[in-house]
Order: sequence, then C-alpha cells, then structure tokens
Amino acid sequence: MERRKTPLWDLHRSLGARLIDFGGWDMPVQYTAGTIKEHKAVRESVGLFDVSHMGEAYLRGPRVREAIDRLTTNAVASAPIGKAVYTLLCLPSGGVVDDCIFYKRAEDEFFVIVNASNTTKDLAWFREQTRGLCDVVDVSDETALIAVQGPKAVALVDALANGTLAGLTSFTFAEAEIAGVKCIAARTGYTGEDGFELACPNADAPRVWSALLEAATPLGGLPVGLGARDTLRLESKLPLYGNDLDEDHTPLEAGLGWAVKLDNRDFIGASVLRGQKAEGVTRQLAGFRIAEDVRAIARHGYPVVDRAASPPVIGTVTSGGPGIVVGGAIGLAYVPVAQAAAGTQLTIDCRGKDVPATVVSGKFYKRKTS
Amino acid sequence: MSSFPPDLRYTPDHEWLKPAGSSWRVGITQFAVDQLGDITLVDLPKEGDLITKGQRFGTIESVKSVSDLYAPVSGKVTAVNAELKDAPELVNTEPYVKGWMIELQPTEKAELDELLSGDAYTKHVAAQ
Repeated sequence: MERRKTPLWDLHRSLGARLIDFGGWDMPVQYTAGTIKEHKAVRESVGLFDVSHMGEAYLRGPRVREAIDRLTTNAVASAPIGKAVYTLLCLPSGGVVDDCIFYKRAEDEFFVIVNASNTTKDLAWFREQTRGLCDVVDVSDETALIAVQGPKAVALVDALANGTLAGLTSFTFAEAEIAGVKCIAARTGYTGEDGFELACPNADAPRVWSALLEAATPLGGLPVGLGARDTLRLESKLPLYGNDLDEDHTPLEAGLGWAVKLDNRDFIGASVLRGQKAEGVTRQLAGFRIAEDVRAIARHGYPVVDRAASPPVIGTVTSGGPGIVVGGAIGLAYVPVAQAAAGTQLTIDCRGKDVPATVVSGKFYKRKTS
Repeated sequence: MSSFPPDLRYTPDHEWLKPAGSSWRVGITQFAVDQLGDITLVDLPKEGDLITKGQRFGTIESVKSVSDLYAPVSGKVTAVNAELKDAPELVNTEPYVKGWMIELQPTEKAELDELLSGDAYTKHVAAQ
C-alpha cells in the first residue's frame, strides 16, 4: 500500500530527510544532521517538526460539553475558552483509548488533536460515545500541523506573527496569522521545551514551514525528525501511546493522576479509576536511569527481572533509549509499586545480560526557566 | 545509489574488510551506517578472542535500535578499535577509516574467497 504523504513531503525530500513508514505515513525519521544534533538543536535553540500525520477534529453543538465531559478524564468541558487541556480518553475498564489535547474554542465548540496511530479509532469512539450530543467533524485530511520547539521558538514564532503571540501563556491558544497564513497557534508541545504547535490548512503549510525554517536557520535551528521527537519526549518523561499508554493500563498506573479529575464527575472509566485511587495501584510506570559506565540501553519490551523471584519477570520496559542531553540511558517501565520508589535498584534483562538501573522520580531533563 | 570503495571486500551483512598486515580490518559500510542513524554504543570482543563466521561478535546501539555484528570470516581478534568506546560517532563520520571495529587473523582462508567485490556489493545493496 502506498504510504500517505503530508503536505510538506516534497520539502522533506529536498532537505535530505530519511523517510520511513510510520503508521502508514511516509515520515522523516531524521534529516541530514541526524537525530543527536536535531535533539540538541531543540534543547539549545529551536527545531521544526512536521506532525501533520496527527488527527484533528471539531466537536460542536449545544450539548457538546456534556459529550466531552463523558469522554475525558481531565476537566476539559469546564475549562475557560482559549484553554488547551491535556487529557486521557478511557474505556469503561479504565484502560486508555488515547491521550490528546482538547482546545476550547467556545462553549459549544472544541477542537481536538489526537495521535496519528489512533485517529480512526478515536473518531469512531467520539461518534459512538457522543451520539446525539454533538457533531464530530474530522478535519485530519485537510489540516497540517507544525511544531516549533526550543528556547528560541517563542520569539521566532511571535516575530512571524507580528508580535501577537508572545503573550499567550502555556496551554492556551489563539488564532494567529503567521507568514500571512491563518493558523491556530497553541503554546503546547511534546519535547519538554517551550514553543508552539501551529495548525493550518494543508495548502498553506509549505509557506508556514518555509518561513519558519528561514527564520530558524540563522539561530542554529533545524528541521527535526521523528527519531529526535521520541528521544526528546522521553527525556522529558512524556508518555507515548502504544508504548507507555495502552488499553491495558490506566492513567493512574501511568502516573498521570494529575490529568484525572474524579470529583463529582462520571466520565467513561471513572468508577474503576475511583476504586483504583481509593485502594492504590499495584503496578506503576517508573522512570529509570542506567549509568553511563554500564554502557547499555534498555529498550521497549525488555523484561524487568528479580532473579530471586519466581517467576523472575516482574515488569516490562515500555520506552528506552540513550539520554542524549542527560547522559547514560533512560527509560520507562511498568513495575510493582514496591519497586517504583525513587532510588530502587532494578535489574533489566538487556538481550540476555542483566543490567542495573535506578528508579528516578520526575523528568530526566528539566528545562531551565528564564 | 552510492558506490563503495573498490579496494575493500564486503559481506551481504554490510561489513567491509581490508588487508592489514597478516590480519583483515573489519568495519561496517556507509549503507549500514545510513540505516542505523546516530550510533551511541559499540560493544566489541577482546583481543585474542576467537570468533566464528556468521556468529555474533558484537553489538551496535544506535539512537533508535540495537543491531548485532556478525563475524565476516572465522579468526582470532588481533586488534580492537579502542577509540570507539568513547567516540562511537566515528562509525558515522568515518566508517571506512577511524570507524573500523576489529582486526581479524583468518583461520579459514577459503572463507575470504566468498567475500564480495565493491561492484558485487553495490549490486547487492541496489537490490535491497
């Protein structure tokens, strides 16, 4: 089957991107600089990401808040207009359908951006669960999405928007004109850095991308592929659906309790999560580090073991890779709660070799706040 | 498709070999490097180790994946590129020069005849 292309595909080719199949899309995994330099550019300056493969939809109607309150673990429906809210969508079992960001545009209109790999599933879920309460309009095929991330991102985008965006606070959004193109600009991202995510019509995306790249290049900015997108989000301990989140684990087990608002709410999955919160979870997503001198990397799917236990496998690594800015190797693993406390020593079976790892709390990388 | 240095010998697993005294120097090709992306760790055998053709003799960790290195011919490891321990990126930047991995003294000379020429390897890669 032919891979799908974003409206920026020709530009990626001309920039020397290496393209791979990502959930049926032909996406840049890296450009000529390579993943490590792209990662560092985002930490030190600014990086541009084409994330047009992600799904977008509008939910509209006089009863849309009821519909959204039923779908979302976080307090999305009651948020102020202009706010972007990260939330989980849960099954009745408490397992995660997807994680996504809702944008409240009006009391009767919300915009949502969902994971590319889940777009079809999510849209079907929205329609099934909100039947009669709101209209669900899928605009994924005509909407491009560009993320601009890094310490120099805000000033760069603000300049191209004639100074209209610097005042936008974290997790808010506004309509803006960027390089003459009408965009939805949100102060959000998936790298642990400050920046914006810009949604615009497909046809206008090359103009926005080119203007951003032209402004970013003199600052040491780079186009950034999916390879560095993954290492950046992991360093900032942001979960990835399909790795760290899935239908078999709840948001509380994933450590996302901050995005689960249970008070006086009855969203799908709430009763299971309420019980889990009262009784406590039995397993938890823990961050771990492998020291540099151990010279090993634990990756997705590697077992966490206790050689004194029977059976010895006590957990599984869900994400792992080199800590490009923080050094050594880092990762996330589901482990029993007793092993999830900071400082706990874990053993990870890295292709037949037992490797020591230490549980750490919080983000692996924290950005300097100026 | 790029071409490969004609003075080297190759394996279908994207390793190159070049005579170095009575030993053969071994590394991985530009094609392999391009597939792997940025390399972060190279785990190699010790000097004096005996390795057998087709068996795993080391691993390469790139940012996104781990790959095995398979012995191109059987032999004794006579040298290991110690620079790669602290500078694995040399494999990315200079795969045929500073990014070499080990030197091997072949024990089965006939295995050397099975190695591919630059032309044959270029065709092999084009067919992938």
